[in-house]
Amino acid sequence: MTDKIATRAAYGKTLVKLGETDKDLIVMDADLSKSTMTAEFAKAYPERFFNMGIAEQNLYGTAAGLALSGKTVCASTFAMFAAGRAFEIIRNSIGYTGANVKVCATHAGITVGEDGASHQTFEDIALMRTIPGMTVVNPCDAVSAEKLLEQVIGFKGPAYVRLGRAAVPVFYNEEDSVTIGKANVLREGRDVTVIATGIMVSEAMMAASQLAEEGIDVGVIDMHTIKPLDEEAVINAAKTTGKIVTAEEHSVIGGLGSAVAEVTSKHCPVRIEMVGQHDTYGESGKPEELKEKYGMTAADIVKAVREVY
Amino acid sequence: MDTKYFADVAARVRIDVIKAIYHAGSGHPGGSLSAADIVTALYFKEMNIDPKNPDKPDRDKFILSKGHAGPVQYAALAERGYYPVEDMMSLRKLGSPFQGHPNMHKVPGIEMSTGSLGQGISVSVGMALANKIDGNPGRIYTLLGDGEIQEGLVWEAAMSAAHYKLDNLVAILDYNGLQIDGPNEKVMTVAPVDEKFRAFGWNVIVIDGHDFEEIFKAFDQARECKGKPTAIIAKTHKGKGVSFMEDEAGWHGKAPNEEQAKQAVEELGGEW
Repeated sequence: MTDKIATRAAYGKTLVKLGETDKDLIVMDADLSKSTMTAEFAKAYPERFFNMGIAEQNLYGTAAGLALSGKTVCASTFAMFAAGRAFEIIRNSIGYTGANVKVCATHAGITVGEDGASHQTFEDIALMRTIPGMTVVNPCDAVSAEKLLEQVIGFKGPAYVRLGRAAVPVFYNEEDSVTIGKANVLREGRDVTVIATGIMVSEAMMAASQLAEEGIDVGVIDMHTIKPLDEEAVINAAKTTGKIVTAEEHSVIGGLGSAVAEVTSKHCPVRIEMVGQHDTYGESGKPEELKEKYGMTAADIVKAVREVY
Repeated sequence: MDTKYFADVAARVRIDVIKAIYHAGSGHPGGSLSAADIVTALYFKEMNIDPKNPDKPDRDKFILSKGHAGPVQYAALAERGYYPVEDMMSLRKLGSPFQGHPNMHKVPGIEMSTGSLGQGISVSVGMALANKIDGNPGRIYTLLGDGEIQEGLVWEAAMSAAHYKLDNLVAILDYNGLQIDGPNEKVMTVAPVDEKFRAFGWNVIVIDGHDFEEIFKAFDQARECKGKPTAIIAKTHKGKGVSFMEDEAGWHGKAPNEEQAKQAVEELGGEW
C-alpha cells in the first residue's frame, strides 16, 4: 500500500495494452485527452483515436455510430460532462440500442479539487445506474481499475467506468481476483460492515484499523461494481453485522448508499449510515481539504460507524 | 428519366402512412408525407441494399434522424419487401415491433433507434467514420427535420463530419418550414440553412424535395463530391399529397379520423 497511482493513469495504460491486440478498439475524447490519459492511446495508435472537440453530446453520439458498426469504443471526458451533459445521448443512443460503448469518465467527485463545484460531479453514478442494461463500475485503485477495465472492454454492451483524478493508494495485488458484479470483502468484521466504493475504500480500511483499536470489529467491502450490484454480499453483510455504513465520493442520493438500501430494505432491513456528499455543491480547494470539509474521510466513516454501533 | 414509377411507389408509401396512423389513432402524418419522395428515392434507387440480406456488410444505411416520421420509413421498407405492408398496421400498439419512433432491434432494415432529435445525424457521423476506417464502400444517409436542426447536437455533428472529411455521409433536410408550434421563423428561425451548412464545411445542394429528377441528381452530385459531407436542402411541403394536410402545422402530430383518412387515401389514388 505504498504506491499511489490515479485510476485514470491505469486507464491510459490499459488502453495502450489492449489496443495492441484489439484492432477494433477505438478511443475518443473531447479535448481532454491529456487529462483523461487517452492521449497515451492516441500516441500509440493515432489512426484509431478520434478527438471530437469540446462537444460531449456528439462524442457519445458518434461513439454509438462506431460501436453499432462493429467497433469497441472507449469515449472519455470528465464525469460531469459525460454522465451529466450527455446523459440523454448515452441513454437513447447507447443504452437503448445496447451499443458497445464504454463511457470512461474521469475527474469524478470532490477530488477534482481546485476546479471547483462546476466540475465536481456527485450525480453520475445515480444517473448512470438508472439506465437499463448499463454496467456501472467504480474502481478503488490502479490494479483493480486495470482488471475491471479489461473485463468492461471485453464484454459487448454499454458500461460506465468512474475514474479519479487524484493519485490513490494501491491495495490490490496483481494476483488478486477482481470481477465485475462480485464485491470484494477486504476485511471481515462482526460489528459493522462498511460498504465502500472508489477512493472511499482506502478511507474505509483506515477507519476499520482505527476502530479495531477501540474494540469495534469492522468489516470492509469494496463494492467496485454498483450495477449489477452484488446483492448477496449486501445481504450477507446485513445479516452478519446488522449494521451498515456506506461510503462513496458521490451524493448519498441515488448512489451506492441508495443502491445498498434498495437491497436491504427488501431482503434484510438494517440501520444504514451513509457517508458521501449530502445534497450540496462543492467548491475550490485541495482534495484533502475538501474531503474533510464535505465529510468524506476515514474520520467521517469512524463517526458513522460509532453512530450505528 | 421516367419518374412515374417512383411517383407511384411514393403514393403507395403515403397511403400506407395514412392507414397506419389512422389505425394507431396517433402519429405524425405531416412530416412523414413531406419526406415520402426522398425516402422512396433512397430505398428504391439510390441505396445499395438487399431486403433478403438486410445486414450485408457493404450496404448503404439510412438513419431517420427525424424519428417521428417513422411511418414513412416503415412504409418504404414494407413496399421494398422487408416485410408485408399489413404488418405495420399494428403501429404504436402494445407489443408491436412498429414503435412510435423506430427501434433497430424490432424491425428489419431499421439501422438506428431514433426519436430523440439531433442524435441520428451524430450516430450517422460515427457510422460514416467506421466505414472510412474499414474501407467499407457503404454510404450513410440521414434525414433531418427543419425544426430538428434547432438542436445544438446537429451542429456539433455537422462540424465533426466536415473535420473528418466524411464524403460518404449525406444529410438531407426535409425543409417543410413547419414544426409543432408553427412556422420555423415564428418558433425559432433556422434560415439561412444552406449558408449554415456551407459555413460548417459541407457541400450544399438545394432542391425541390418532391421532384425525383432533382433528388436523384443531388444524390449523384453528392457521390461525386470528395473530401466533404453533402447536405441536400430539400424544399418540401408538410402533408404533401393530401389536400387538407398540406402546409398545415396542425397535422404535425395528429391522426386523421375515418372520414379524413378515407379522403386522404382516395386523393392519393388508393382504395379505402
